Amino acid sequence: MVKKSKKKSSISINLISKQKLEKLSSQEKLDFILKEIRQGKVLVLEQGLTPLEQTALIERTMAEIEEDAFTGIEMDGYLEDKATLFRRFFGVIRKPGLTVIGPADLIKTIKKDGNIIQTEIVAGQGV
Amino acid sequence: MGLFKKTGLSGILHRIFGKKHAKIGIYGPPNVGKTTLANRILMDWTGETMGTVSEIPHETRVAKWKKNVKIENGSSSLYFDIVDTPGIATKIDYKDFMNIYGLNRKEARQRAKEATEGVIESIKWLEDVDGVILVMDSTQDPFTQVNVTILGNLEARNLPVLIAANKIDAEDASPATLKAAFPQHPVVPISALTGYNTDDLYSTMVKHFGKKRWWRRR
Repeated sequence: MVKKSKKKSSISINLISKQKLEKLSSQEKLDFILKEIRQGKVLVLEQGLTPLEQTALIERTMAEIEEDAFTGIEMDGYLEDKATLFRRFFGVIRKPGLTVIGPADLIKTIKKDGNIIQTEIVAGQGV
Repeated sequence: MGLFKKTGLSGILHRIFGKKHAKIGIYGPPNVGKTTLANRILMDWTGETMGTVSEIPHETRVAKWKKNVKIENGSSSLYFDIVDTPGIATKIDYKDFMNIYGLNRKEARQRAKEATEGVIESIKWLEDVDGVILVMDSTQDPFTQVNVTILGNLEARNLPVLIAANKIDAEDASPATLKAAFPQHPVVPISALTGYNTDDLYSTMVKHFGKKRWWRRR
């Protein structure tokens, strides 16, 4: 189990490149994301998770919830485009786009529409 | 080989002639009315109920399953196994149950623990259903990550989904927003609480989940 580090006065926001994520398997991506989030970091993924990976992340998150230490995640992102019938036939689903993920006790999504994901970092929650 | 091994003869016949029986999961975030809808469906077609409902989120923490519910639509009908699943969430904090809903610490911790297990169980059930009724609260923003994730997952699996735009009896309901948000799926505005428009839901269920689906993969 990854334990939260001691309280710090600042919050890390890490922008994770598409290149880094593409080198990781789905399992490795989830390991990486959960480890970072449990250390209190907010991640902005240039290429987010597929819907199946997102579901797996929720499942893993639930398994790792610990009272007073880790209450879950806040995640919001875009899918790049809609799969055409041709792409669906060949098993190509919608590609994941820009995604923000962070600890649920730290960030809160205020608003999301087709153009903007507005998140708020909760004051006083630095880890 | 895989296809024949996985589905058997009955599966192949279903693909050719359409389904006569479908296992349908009722999914959605907590407190959108999944169990109220499950109860409504069962009351209307079997005279029974599925589970208790509560204003406190995560009232359903273990999936409940009712087999062989026959739903008719004119001259056609379909047998459903209805699975009422625990609400899916990305965060569960026992302190919310204390601070917002007034549970004591012991109750809140127990509820939170069971709720996390319930979310995992819901996700596992996705492997085993033929289709999903995704219940959304038509008074709320539909673009929540849980809604988007569940829909994306179902689309990736090619599982048929029907969106029940629930709580249209509420003053600030806007089922049109849901229809506009997810035009690729059938959206049926309903009130599971009052039963309003559930006839439309039932006919859509029989038509939508009974369809033959050549492209389906699990």
